[in-house]
Amino acid sequence: MSNAESDKEYWRWTETRYTNPDIKWEEGTIISAGVDVGSVSTQAVVMVDGEIYCYSSMRTGSNSPDSANNAMEWALEGTGLSLDKIEYVVGTGYGRVNVPFSKRAITEIACHARGANFIYGPEIRTVLDMGGQDCKAIRCDQRGKVVSFLMNDKCAAGTGRGMEVFADLLQVHINDVGEMSLQVKEEPEPVSSTCVVFAKSEAVGLLREGWPKEKVLAAYCAAMAHRVVTLLLRLGIEEKFAITGGIAKNIGVVKRIEDELKLKAPEPSIDPQIAGAIGAALFAKALAEKQRKSG
Amino acid sequence: MKANYGYKDGSGEYFITIDTDLCNSCGKCVEACPAGVLELAENELDPLEEDLVAIVSENHRKKIKYSCAPCKPSGETKVPPCVKACEPGAITHSW
Amino acid sequence: MITAGIDCGSKNTKIVIFKDDNIVSTASVLSGFDQEEAATEVLSKALENAGLERGEIKNIVATGAGMDAISFADDKVTTITANAAGAHFLFPSVRTVIDIGAEEGRVLRVDENGKVKDFGINEKCAAGAGAFIEAMARALEVDIATMGELSLKSTKQIPMNAQCTIFAESEVVSLIHQKTLKEDIIRAVHDAIADRNTSMVRQIGIEQDVALIGGVANNIGFIDSMNRNFGFDLLVPKELIAPEYVSALGAAIIAKEKMGG
Repeated sequence: MSNAESDKEYWRWTETRYTNPDIKWEEGTIISAGVDVGSVSTQAVVMVDGEIYCYSSMRTGSNSPDSANNAMEWALEGTGLSLDKIEYVVGTGYGRVNVPFSKRAITEIACHARGANFIYGPEIRTVLDMGGQDCKAIRCDQRGKVVSFLMNDKCAAGTGRGMEVFADLLQVHINDVGEMSLQVKEEPEPVSSTCVVFAKSEAVGLLREGWPKEKVLAAYCAAMAHRVVTLLLRLGIEEKFAITGGIAKNIGVVKRIEDELKLKAPEPSIDPQIAGAIGAALFAKALAEKQRKSG
Repeated sequence: MKANYGYKDGSGEYFITIDTDLCNSCGKCVEACPAGVLELAENELDPLEEDLVAIVSENHRKKIKYSCAPCKPSGETKVPPCVKACEPGAITHSW
Repeated sequence: MITAGIDCGSKNTKIVIFKDDNIVSTASVLSGFDQEEAATEVLSKALENAGLERGEIKNIVATGAGMDAISFADDKVTTITANAAGAHFLFPSVRTVIDIGAEEGRVLRVDENGKVKDFGINEKCAAGAGAFIEAMARALEVDIATMGELSLKSTKQIPMNAQCTIFAESEVVSLIHQKTLKEDIIRAVHDAIADRNTSMVRQIGIEQDVALIGGVANNIGFIDSMNRNFGFDLLVPKELIAPEYVSALGAAIIAKEKMGG
């Protein structure tokens, strides 16, 4: 395997942008936007009267303000709409205080709940988001307002980083981890160490004992799924339940979560990675309306 | 709204839960805490709400096991000073 | 009377051969995946160093995470008990002991006779133990043995936000990209792990004198961070024996006591 393959190439997912052909921004009343600057990816969503007009999703660079600017620029590309015509912009995510053109920063928990409500509908009451460096469980009401939450961004177990470490250790591309982990005939015992650092040593021991890669991956996915489920159970789960974030694309973890909870999570019709930015844009609209009222 | 601040890592689960529906913004918990873990701030989870509520300050959220350790002597089930100070009972510790 | 104490640590297996209240020899090997093999190897190494035969050892006591795997040990004691005995022998004035190993941190209170009064264990999270410093040394591409003296060159205290070893690795990488000096980063690493362990000690209460043992106590930068946290100097074994051997020493002392010695 070449050096380039074993390097950051494992993370290379497709960057996207989109313009809604059915909306003319010039005819809208309130144009609002949300920018979600995460540790791994940045999303910009522009809404016209609460409908998605255009968006972009790209890799976060080493500089948060630049990432926000680039994402917004790309989202607006070809639309004729310029930043100064957007009435209110809300920043969210890890880099939310560094969005230079935003009027307010709102935590991604609130934005995520609103965004999940938009994507999955008002029946959603529990959202599980597994990101690059955090894991969030959110209970919301039918309006997407947060009723309770639990966020774990201290520990790598249960996050994308934890999974990346394992993919690296086993020299398996991260996109293939999920499928591969389901290729076992019998579910192995989950890895006993919750800590990724110690789980790594445990995995090396298992490989030495002759465990095939699929079995080790299955053991780790099972441990991750179980860990995430205990966090969810602490919060309490109310249906309907939805999963978002990068690891939502890892069916090895998703299936094991669904099995343990005996619940199925719906398929999204919109890229779940922009949920935070959608929520931010909806808050921006509400704040613009408030601003107009107070004159 | 129940805000759970904290984390779970290899060594256990550590969460401080603040029920913002019960919190009356009195600030007694902030004074009671010797480590500065709590503060009064805007309810960040409800951006359209204006009242202040108690929150766990950001720089403590990822290390509350360590920040709260001095108030939890080993072998004793003592009630932490912040929980004691809260009359509406809005604060609970998970460990 | 000659006795031996074997400390089966998660990373290294250490042995101390003890004769008539003197430390005769010590040895250390990587624990690897076969704990019994490591213990056997370290025993023969120490015997060779001391010029002794296996039969001359009257009692062998095992301690440490892997102690159950040692079939040839005559007895076992918990690491906490071994820590107390070893620290008390070296520093009779000690009342609080902090032991930081590769994967676990332990804190204990002892009385004037070296008996354990109270203890706490910080386990299963790499950020509280030697594994953290090791991972940071790798991320900084620095030899772990030089971490101590490098950090003492630091003139600036910078905050370290990550509380997890894995996230801290990423944080270190971005600090380097921002041209932060390595010595400032290393000092922040030492301060972070020192803070975590100081909090655990506060949970059982601090009574002087306070001793610092375990492999991480070889790191002079870390010792400096701990001393700053406490506001006084901690007792660290140096001349008589290296700090990572104190548990094994304690086990050897207990081995002697059990034989009526």
